[in-house]
Amino acid sequence: MNIIIVGCGKVGRSVTEQLSKEEHDITVVDIRSDRVEMTVNTVDVMGIVGNGASYEVLTEAGVKKAHLLIAVTGSDELNLLCCLVARKAGGCHTIARVRNPEYSRQVALIKEDLGLSMTINPEYAAAMEISRILRFPSAMKIETFAKGRVEILQFRIQKNSLLANYAISEISTKLGLDILVCAVERGGEVFIPNGNFVLEVQDLVHFIAPPKKAGEFFQKIGVDTHQVKDAMIVGGGKIAYYLAKQLLNMRIKVTIVEMSKERCEQLSDMLPQAMIIQGDATDETTLMEEGLPYTESFVALTNLDEENILLSLFAASKSRAKLVTKINRVNFNEIIDNMDLGSVIYPKKITTDYILQYVRAMQNSIGSNVETLYQLADGNVEALEFYIREDSPVVNIPLETLKLRENLLIGCINRKGKVITPRGQDMIQVGDTVIVVTTNQGLRDIKDILQS
Amino acid sequence: MNFQMVRYILGWVMNIEAAFMAVPCITALVYQERSGYAFLLVMLCSALAGFLLTRKKPHNTVIYAREGFVTVALSWIVMSFIGAMPFVISGEIPRFVDALFESVSGFTTTGASILADVEALSRCTLIWRSFTHWIGGMGVLVFLLAVLPLAGGYYMYLMKAESPGPSVSKLVPKVKRTAMILYGIYIGLTILQIILMLLGDMPFFDALATAFGTAGTGGFGIKNDSIGGYSAYIQNVITIFMILFGVNFNVYYLILAGKARQAVKSQEVRGYFLIILAAVTVITLSVTDMYSSLWESMRHAAFQVGSIITTTGFSTTNFDLWPQNCKTILIILMFVGACAGSTGGGIKVSRLVILLKTVKKELAHFIHPRSIKKIKMDGHPIEHEVVRSVNVFLITYAVIFFGSVLLITVDNLSFTTNFTAVAATLNNIGPGLEMVGPTQNFGLFSDFSKVVLMFDMLAGRLELFPMLLLLTPATWRR
Repeated sequence: MNIIIVGCGKVGRSVTEQLSKEEHDITVVDIRSDRVEMTVNTVDVMGIVGNGASYEVLTEAGVKKAHLLIAVTGSDELNLLCCLVARKAGGCHTIARVRNPEYSRQVALIKEDLGLSMTINPEYAAAMEISRILRFPSAMKIETFAKGRVEILQFRIQKNSLLANYAISEISTKLGLDILVCAVERGGEVFIPNGNFVLEVQDLVHFIAPPKKAGEFFQKIGVDTHQVKDAMIVGGGKIAYYLAKQLLNMRIKVTIVEMSKERCEQLSDMLPQAMIIQGDATDETTLMEEGLPYTESFVALTNLDEENILLSLFAASKSRAKLVTKINRVNFNEIIDNMDLGSVIYPKKITTDYILQYVRAMQNSIGSNVETLYQLADGNVEALEFYIREDSPVVNIPLETLKLRENLLIGCINRKGKVITPRGQDMIQVGDTVIVVTTNQGLRDIKDILQS
Repeated sequence: MNFQMVRYILGWVMNIEAAFMAVPCITALVYQERSGYAFLLVMLCSALAGFLLTRKKPHNTVIYAREGFVTVALSWIVMSFIGAMPFVISGEIPRFVDALFESVSGFTTTGASILADVEALSRCTLIWRSFTHWIGGMGVLVFLLAVLPLAGGYYMYLMKAESPGPSVSKLVPKVKRTAMILYGIYIGLTILQIILMLLGDMPFFDALATAFGTAGTGGFGIKNDSIGGYSAYIQNVITIFMILFGVNFNVYYLILAGKARQAVKSQEVRGYFLIILAAVTVITLSVTDMYSSLWESMRHAAFQVGSIITTTGFSTTNFDLWPQNCKTILIILMFVGACAGSTGGGIKVSRLVILLKTVKKELAHFIHPRSIKKIKMDGHPIEHEVVRSVNVFLITYAVIFFGSVLLITVDNLSFTTNFTAVAATLNNIGPGLEMVGPTQNFGLFSDFSKVVLMFDMLAGRLELFPMLLLLTPATWRR
């Protein structure tokens, strides 16, 4: 596809890099020539210096032939204008990053008029992600499929866990549970396991289950599952606001520690139910005073990555709280993964993932039917949701007789709102939604799950 | 420095050169020439070396500007060495330095020869000499980018180091597609020229060799009198195509993409044609009494002007006998060179346009010291970085130029000879004046001077900096 990306900031760069890897023809536009130059030198794309909202610049960037324009500059207004101009000039799909809460509420209303295909609010998306994690403290990351009826959860096997040295097939026989382990990360390698695969301590396990069953599973293997009762948030930015709002709705007690008095007053105005503390969170007495040792969850959301890391490490040493750490820089994730920081949230990466998901779905929408796509395990594994519209070589055949590709697994069949964990005799039928987990990238159609 | 990647790309360059050597091999087969064995031997050795070097793909395929420059410079040196081997082995140019000079002159599209009698060479050697022009014209690494599945954006550095001009940009988002489009246009124009020359009853072999020489703006002739012996029609076709190959290839892409109006507006191309027109007019009027008719003098004037400004170096007449003003104009044209993004050499019209605009801006600055003005070209502001790099280019160019003139004075030849010899090699033209004039050759220089001139040819083709970086110790530090 021909894609124009306006804005070469961190998100712009990471979206550009990803999409370029997926063989799209990309033109980047930015007003800062040094940024464009940098991008062009390191990624195989064309660069144009100029204002992305100007008709001339967009024409030069080939908006007439573009399929999609992604506006991710620092300014909401510019992003919206870019999309508007591109829509009128080329009639392409448009994605805008809109982060101001006031706009993002409006955009939902006038999205139709502006012809926007999608808006992303990175802070809101990050807050949603954190709140989901706090709902399930044992899991490290959760993705939802089939409109929330199925989830992919990720958790690490601890030392004294019941599951250590269990073969996968024993989970359903010994524990009597209907869950499906779809991917296991072990020491940098990713496995799509079969029944004989034996789990080990420190494995990172991804499994598919309906939300209720997931709770049951965690209970049976002896992991604490109740959702947290209170949360301590350090840093009172936009994410903190969205998150606190979510958590308060779920009747979770929220304490926000914020340095600026002004911001504290704003927050107190917007979140009357939350406890707002004005103070320096890097001063340990402030945190201890507010009951850090007893809190059930601790979320570090300051603007400085270093501070967030230190705060989380400190919280880990003083309490047994579930930790969430926000990191802005994406570049050092290999080092960060090795630290005991609980769940790490990269708002930029979440934004990128949202955009990628849209682009892939858009590309697939032509000949195929990928509804949702998630990348797991650092992008090594893809979980795809297919909607079966018509008859194809995979329909109405027992799964055990299908010749599936290597490293591919049918995770779940969703039939008329009922979730089926597939066994050998089950069949895929027209109208089903099927979740496929695989290390083979770029599946376009449900037919692609068969060996070619 | 990612030496593994440099090794890998050099290996592919050898493979590609081996593939290109099929052309002289086939020629030798057709004409039953024994020299063909020399080409076959070198071809097999090059392919074997290339195969060994490319067998293992490096884990780390990321290359930066430094690797890009070094790879390009080394590739051209390696290519020239391999290209020289058949000349030595077949015994047609027995001295190694001479053979290397001929090969460097070929690949850099210079066309300066050390041979007094080219007609004595075998056909396969002749076609290889001309074919090296064709390979060198668009660049072997651009070819590599077009055919190899080298994924990733870092390869832009290779293209930047090999393509001429102050700022290299892509035509389409992907480097590979861009390289393919460039070669597509290149091959298309070459074929068109061959067909047009065949229509003028040129023998097929001559048409092929001449088209290769024209396309790369090289200038190796296969006859001792260069192009002089062919009909007026053929000479005119060559004139037109020399000028066409000196045009920025972006213009052809724009025309093909249906944006002819934008193409016509290119200031560089306009300037290029303006210079040609002015030079042809003045020279035609100055040489009228030397030829039988106005048409004939215009034909010769146009051919020589086209040949010199595009840095091809073919000739139809001995312009060393022309009046002083014509010779001076030709020398100036040597420095002007063709458009950026073409196959020609020289300083490039776009650099001159930028420089003239800078001078104009500075003059305005004297009158209005507080004025601020951005230099623009084709409606786009020119970044200060580009202006700076053009200035640095010109200074470096002058230093290399006068340094080389000084170095080759060891042979104690006349100033005009030395001056035009360096001008003709550094600008990748071929013939100069006096003792290196169109009817003479470079055989009279000592080995030392030949090495200096070889360096000039490579530096000129690669726009100075890759060759200079090769000589900078900091490049080789880890």
